[in-house]
Amino acid sequence: MKNKIVCYFSAAQSEQPIIYRLVKNYDLVVNILKADINPLKQGYLVMELEGGKDKYQEGLSFLKSLGVIVEPLSEKVVWHDDLCIQCGACASFCPTEALAIDRDTMMVSFEDAKCVLCGMCLECCPTRAIVLHFDIKEAV
Amino acid sequence: MAQQKTYEEINEKIKRGEAVVVTAEEVIKVVAEKGVKQAAREIDVVTTGTFGPMCSSGAFINFGHSNPRIKMKKVWLNGVEAYTGIAAVDAYLGAAQLPETDPENKVFPGRFTYGGAHVIHDLLAGKEIRVEAEAYGTDCYPNKKVDTIITLDDVNDSFLFNPRNAYQNYNCAVNLGDRTLYTYMGILKPNLGNASYSTAGQLSPLLNDPHYKTIGIGTRIFLGGGIGYVAWNGTQHHPNVLRGENGVPKTPAGTLSVIGDLKQMEANWIVGLSYIGYGATMAVGIGIPIPILDEEILMYTAVKDEDIYCPVVDFKEGYPYSKPIDLGFVNVADLKKGKVIIQGKEVITTPQSSYPRARLIAATLKEWIRQGKFELTRPVAQLPGADADIQFKSIPERNPGGISLNGNRRNQ
Ligand code: SF4
Ligand code: SF4
Repeated sequence: MKNKIVCYFSAAQSEQPIIYRLVKNYDLVVNILKADINPLKQGYLVMELEGGKDKYQEGLSFLKSLGVIVEPLSEKVVWHDDLCIQCGACASFCPTEALAIDRDTMMVSFEDAKCVLCGMCLECCPTRAIVLHFDIKEAV
Repeated sequence: MAQQKTYEEINEKIKRGEAVVVTAEEVIKVVAEKGVKQAAREIDVVTTGTFGPMCSSGAFINFGHSNPRIKMKKVWLNGVEAYTGIAAVDAYLGAAQLPETDPENKVFPGRFTYGGAHVIHDLLAGKEIRVEAEAYGTDCYPNKKVDTIITLDDVNDSFLFNPRNAYQNYNCAVNLGDRTLYTYMGILKPNLGNASYSTAGQLSPLLNDPHYKTIGIGTRIFLGGGIGYVAWNGTQHHPNVLRGENGVPKTPAGTLSVIGDLKQMEANWIVGLSYIGYGATMAVGIGIPIPILDEEILMYTAVKDEDIYCPVVDFKEGYPYSKPIDLGFVNVADLKKGKVIIQGKEVITTPQSSYPRARLIAATLKEWIRQGKFELTRPVAQLPGADADIQFKSIPERNPGGISLNGNRRNQ
């Protein structure tokens, strides 16, 4: 199985070779998407974790046993209409019409609920008006 | 056709606040309702607009002198190099220029998040820009290094001078190959996955004056939210191409070189763009007024999206290797509706040029003229027309055998 998760950890935990253990002991593929550790060594790690179902669960249990708080990642696509120049390019790539063009006005609009986070619009928007936003809490 | 109005008459009406001004979109309806004769009598000016990526753009800047003075050999603005092979503290910052630290396409496709266009946009947005310059030092210009922060207010002069803008018609790009292409026409999905186009269609300046009867050298225009001028025909101006019965070119044709004081422009109308896998470029807002001097000129401005065709060009082999692959033409009205038929297949269309922004420019220019803030200009010289003997050239492939750089003459 494969999931994106956020791990929040404290100073003591960040001293430990967590990723190394996940890879070595649980045979998981780890892809770090974003990380932030403050000078007090507290912080978070956003990663994609992939592996066999049992190993995956064991890996998560291992993280929790260390006191790391593990939560499913909530990502969302944010459309900054102040940066958008209304070219319309993104709408032609969006598979769900979350980004859609009104053919009378040729104006683009974004409907959050329809977005399946495929990421196509992030690549094609020339003004980078569309960004991926990770929902991360303040330091735990 | 008898001349019905002169530039002077139209300008008198503008000054009195009596000029009848419509956009290139609105004129279509007026002509349909009232007919050409009456509409030509009533309408004084038709305004056009376009807002899309135009790589051949950039700005001249005179920084003023440091103390001691400097003759810049190299200069960077926020890490983006500007050309200084001109006078001491003059430079030209190109829209597509990238910082030396940009990873480019080393990790493909590259992101190109910041380039010359972004610097120009930041200057307009009033942001602080780091300027670093190097020099070898002379008796008159002893300084060898400058490292400072400037804003647009701090420089003596800055004017946008774009060698090629406002292309009259443009190719519709497709991909006949089997991998995704990253181009200046955006992402092209394999096997005719999408068709990318870049034109303001019925609002586009040169499509409303296909034979350059009123748009010429010296024409005053809306440029980047301020006032600018047509400086010359743009590079690659190639007017003698296939045209429809309405005079509208069916392939890329005329272009404009435009100029205007950057200090009176707005960040909203000069926007840095990042084309994944391709590079940085600039969205430029241009609006050009067309004086309705006679019925023929009015008829041209009534051009509709349905009457404009773009050639379909393959970007796998056709464009990069100049292979003639005939994929026919598509209609701008269909492109705007979102689907076209190419090789019997229904293909989704991807716009690159912003139609809502083009519409806003035409409307803004209309307001300026109606309020008497913007008068029309008669061109001081015409642009080369469809009968001009202009050949489209490529770089010659010759073998530079000798070592002499300036003594050899060809064809003699
Ligand atoms: S991420 Fe995908 S689904 Fe969501 S808006 Fe962008 S293109 Fe549409
Ligand atoms: S591609 Fe970007 S700039 Fe263009 S319409 Fe979509 S969000 Fe706006």
